[in-house]
Amino acid sequence: MGEEVVELDLNGCKLPVAIHGQGRNILYLSANLWFVDESAFIQRLAQHARVIVPTAPGFGPGPVDRRWNQADDLAYLYLDLIDAMKLTDVALVGASFGGWIAAEMAIKSCAALSSITLMDAFGVKVSDRFTRDIADLFGLPDAELRARAYVDPSIFEADVKKVSDEELARRMRAREGLARYGWSPFLHDPKLLARLHRIKAPTQFIWGARDQIVTPAYGRAFASHVPGATFTEIANAAHAPQVEQPQAALEAILSFANVQR
Amino acid sequence: MRIYHFSEEPYPDAWGAQRPSLRITLPNELCDPDVAHRLYNRYIDEWMLADELGFDIMLNEHHSTATCLTASASVILSILARVTKRARLLVLGVPIGNRPDPIRVAEEMSMIDVISKGRLEFGMIKGVPYDIEPANSNAVSLMSRFWEAHDLIVKAMTTTTGPFSFEGDFFHYRNVNIWPRPYQQPLPPMWISTATPANAVEIGQRGHVMATFMGGIAETVKLHKAYAQGYQAGGHGSQVPVDRFAYLAMCGVASNEAEGRRRCDLIADYLRTNAQVADPFNKPPGYFSVEAAMRSARSPNPRAFRTLMTPKGRPVELSSASLDDFIECGIAFAGTPDQVFNQICAFTDGIGGLGNLLMMTQGGHLGPEDTCDSMRLFASEVMPRLKARQAQAQFFEAA
Repeated sequence: MGEEVVELDLNGCKLPVAIHGQGRNILYLSANLWFVDESAFIQRLAQHARVIVPTAPGFGPGPVDRRWNQADDLAYLYLDLIDAMKLTDVALVGASFGGWIAAEMAIKSCAALSSITLMDAFGVKVSDRFTRDIADLFGLPDAELRARAYVDPSIFEADVKKVSDEELARRMRAREGLARYGWSPFLHDPKLLARLHRIKAPTQFIWGARDQIVTPAYGRAFASHVPGATFTEIANAAHAPQVEQPQAALEAILSFANVQR
Repeated sequence: MRIYHFSEEPYPDAWGAQRPSLRITLPNELCDPDVAHRLYNRYIDEWMLADELGFDIMLNEHHSTATCLTASASVILSILARVTKRARLLVLGVPIGNRPDPIRVAEEMSMIDVISKGRLEFGMIKGVPYDIEPANSNAVSLMSRFWEAHDLIVKAMTTTTGPFSFEGDFFHYRNVNIWPRPYQQPLPPMWISTATPANAVEIGQRGHVMATFMGGIAETVKLHKAYAQGYQAGGHGSQVPVDRFAYLAMCGVASNEAEGRRRCDLIADYLRTNAQVADPFNKPPGYFSVEAAMRSARSPNPRAFRTLMTPKGRPVELSSASLDDFIECGIAFAGTPDQVFNQICAFTDGIGGLGNLLMMTQGGHLGPEDTCDSMRLFASEVMPRLKARQAQAQFFEAA
């Protein structure tokens, strides 16, 4: 299967990109949440495709320039990545925060995209101004975040004594990184909803049926603004189907991306 | 040496160890407006007494909290500018990295300086972690925003020739031209507080007054040395006048030791309530470095507020410490006037000189009679001796 990490120089930004497996190009934009560990799922996906996983500025150990502060910045960066790697016919997959970035990319250009899968994504505002659409990730205690993110929270190792320094550092960077891009407006781009009509590639939304970070109702409202998008719930999963129901998430992603197995 | 009287204007009726949080999430139905009315006026009376007794005056602000009713330092400063006669008026400070409009800050501070006839001491602070949430400011970019706001405020308060434009990373103005300009020309004394050597260097480079809070001798000396390094690099010279340094401690005085200690112990609830913050508002993302956040997560008590070492190397967690711990660490001065004088002298000698002693003479449940009695005793029996004594040590020698 193999894994290779390359460092792209994109207009002065040194971007680490991990490339796993072979075959059809899947650009996988991670949830990058401190209470979600997707590494096993990426390995699983890489058994069927060439999975390309960039580490966004602010989420890795390297220094980060303060110009990186909006979801838009990452969307342009990853479109640059597609150009630099000369990728075509890309299956774009974005989970949670990564789904937000994927949507921001797709409204700008779908030229290199053959399909888009958004999994439990946030990034839009759908309700009125006094209604919280997205759980307050920076204001809820970690135990409650896990309870909202998982049907069975014990699937995530919460005891920091039992995790490596590397994993603990990833979690701390993930929390800071998300705040960097999504502190205010909170985890959404007020302009995004009205621009979703520009998405030209086939798009599916897959959603943990018991997600309490962003509910399926939120997901359906999000999906209703994307032309022709489908919406499918994944049973017995909450905010991280890729962790709790990896086989179901895998099947949904691969079949929509027309990966032959 | 200048000696400042400081109170956070607490609302202790709403305190209680059983409450999970005194900040951010505590509903304001627990704030009786009549009680708050009496408290505000009482604390203003105490600042007026401080003015009469020869103290200078310090105030600060916090938000969404029963520990501090001063939600806007500008409001109280404005009143004090009018009702006090001689005291320096120190705000420590304005959380300029959390303010959406630095020009408004420059305007308010200039007004207060003019109304008070040049008595403003203008302090700027980063702000505590739990003030991030009420301001909804992004802690990831907090210090970049802080320094940009600082530069803009200084420029606005010192530009006398008409409008200038500003297009920064965070703030944008086409025509900045504040009225009035400050009374103190070109600029009121600027202060910044810190607890880290890296910031101390930056403050030293600018030559501002640096305030440090309750760090004890070892921590304070470390910060003063870092300041001196920046001070020299900024071209201000190798000797730092001690009026560039300020230190905040708690103080309770009475005619007998037990009563002085009792008063200071009540004030110390200020520190003991600091850890009473709903999780995770005590650790907003980006406020602490990734390395510091990891150390905290791995520590035996991740919810600890702040741990100091006594001079003998014993760790003391401030949110659960005893009065003796506080005294040993050099963050509380308590007892009779003689005892308090000796404790302060031991501390200031230990750090190599101090120009500004910021004293929390009121805190927690300490009532008005005890507060005023403590202040009067300090003013008559400690302050004159300190002022006479301090006249000898004027410079901090970094080496």
